[in-house]
Amino acid sequence: MTKTEFPPAIKSRPVYGVLAPRPGALHLIVADGDGAAAVTDLLAKASDRASMLASTHIIYTPGPDGTDRSADLAALGAAQCYRAPTIPTLLPRLQRVLIDAHMGTQFYLAGTEGLIGQAERDIMATGFPATDIQKEHRGSTVRRVQCVHCKGITENVATDPFKCSHCGLNLYVRDHYSRRLAAFQGVNIDAEDPGQIPQSVVKFK
Amino acid sequence: MSLDFKPGAFNGFFRDETFRDDFTYRNSPEGIRRFPFPFDRDDYMYSVNMEPHTSGRKGSVFEHTFDVDEHYVSEMIDRAKVLAEDPLRCQSLPHMTLAGWDLLELIMESKARDYPQWFSLTKDGNRWHWINRPLGIDQTFTFLDESTLPYGPFEYITRQTQGDFSLQDERDNDLWMDAGMITSQADWSLDFDIGMSFMEWHAPVPLAHEKGIFDRALKFLLKLQHGAPVRRFNWTMTVNPLLDTAPETYPKWGPTRTTLSQDNMGNKMHLRVELQALFRLPRSNAVAFSIRCYLGKFEELVTVPKWGRRLHRVVRDLHPDLAAYKGFLRNRDAMAQWLSAYDDGKPTSPGWWPED
Ligand code: HEM
Repeated sequence: MTKTEFPPAIKSRPVYGVLAPRPGALHLIVADGDGAAAVTDLLAKASDRASMLASTHIIYTPGPDGTDRSADLAALGAAQCYRAPTIPTLLPRLQRVLIDAHMGTQFYLAGTEGLIGQAERDIMATGFPATDIQKEHRGSTVRRVQCVHCKGITENVATDPFKCSHCGLNLYVRDHYSRRLAAFQGVNIDAEDPGQIPQSVVKFK
Repeated sequence: MSLDFKPGAFNGFFRDETFRDDFTYRNSPEGIRRFPFPFDRDDYMYSVNMEPHTSGRKGSVFEHTFDVDEHYVSEMIDRAKVLAEDPLRCQSLPHMTLAGWDLLELIMESKARDYPQWFSLTKDGNRWHWINRPLGIDQTFTFLDESTLPYGPFEYITRQTQGDFSLQDERDNDLWMDAGMITSQADWSLDFDIGMSFMEWHAPVPLAHEKGIFDRALKFLLKLQHGAPVRRFNWTMTVNPLLDTAPETYPKWGPTRTTLSQDNMGNKMHLRVELQALFRLPRSNAVAFSIRCYLGKFEELVTVPKWGRRLHRVVRDLHPDLAAYKGFLRNRDAMAQWLSAYDDGKPTSPGWWPED
């Protein structure tokens, strides 16, 4: 499994690269699901693997499809390695670690868009520059979507259209993406012709 | 505390009308003559259409920095209603307060200078006295001291000014939309877009990125100088004189797009013109963007023969991606059919002014 290739899209849609080691006092790695493979690839590229590991903190959670490679990461031997059961339980730990992180910290985010987006949002809110954050997409392409009508966020959206988990409207999924919300936009699909809802298809796996 | 706002203070000039429910909005004959018809030729495509925002023809919407017209009081009442229903339509990130004061100063000084019969501003050092007669507001406050106004400076002044406003912070060679008062938008969400960069918030626009329009526009805006504002037009189509076509409420107004017929087209379909102006602000170095919306019924616009001919040709020939993006692809043929009765095929003169 390698980096996910996405078709070209509009300019608010995030783009992802391939993680590469960079000099830093602290290497803060946040990953979920298949993102673990990007982390092992990253460390394999380190020129001085032992010293990088000695200043690495890994925060990991299984992916939305259940993929759990926490054992692979624990085996790397990083200074700190933590497995959270879910993204919502991972984020408070990340926020706490960010309070002590100094400028010059390198951030590596790997896995699904929901995890990467929320980690990036919290890191940037702490004032770190986008240039210190690397992102690599691996694994599931399910989306985190905000309903533009009720503002509720539905996690792990696989189909288009889908039903908003808060207000129940049928929404189509746009590529328009807000980094502040770490979410794509969902818009009512039958607003103009109430009741005419196209067959839902699995678009994000 | 709230704005000392006395709606109903209509005199002979300001119209008492609605932009919702019974939709009594319309333009007076004088209002039609000064409508900012945005097409200077018989076809339309995106371009980097910017010109200096200098005082234009007397009586036209270009005469003053912030045009105040016969719809002023009713528009401000409509804005207050939108905000009461959804306060998220006005947001300002914490670092934008100074830019809000900059904008307040720009608007108060412009209006007091351009419309002394309605607005006055007197200063005693930082102690300012603002009078807005049409809205019945008389406020003394300390400039740069938020605690002396009933709202933050940005919300305070934009509750008294026609048109939507956004404030852009400049960082990293880019503009960031970090504040907005957005209640008369053509179907985009401030709550979703706030915090985005120039290319991010423009991402949904078709064709223009590929044409390099946004690259050139951003480069131009980064060089914008204080005291040398610029302006441009944008336009779309709206069923009913509904100022607040927000994505948030799309399930409420979307169905009106299926209510059109040849009999009601002239009254229901509106050309929606945005006169947009951009100002560099002096203290914050932010860029203020004003989006002033003018609504003209088809039946009003075709009373000017040149506009009737031209509007028909523009609607008929518009690129389908633009018609889809602007939300009227499903009605385009019916609109062109209605307008065709006002197009005798004669040539039109260049420029947007109404005379032939
Ligand atoms: C800082 C100032 C500006 C702001 C805040 C702004 C904001 C916006 C927003 C929010 C949209 C709607 C996008 C959507 O569909 O979600 C839009 C559309 C657009 N903007 Fe801007 N804009 C600015 C300056 C400009 C400039 C200078 C140009 C010059 C070329 C421009 C050209 C356009 C065009 C062509 C569209 C599509 C409009 C349509 O077809 O209805 N914008 N803008």
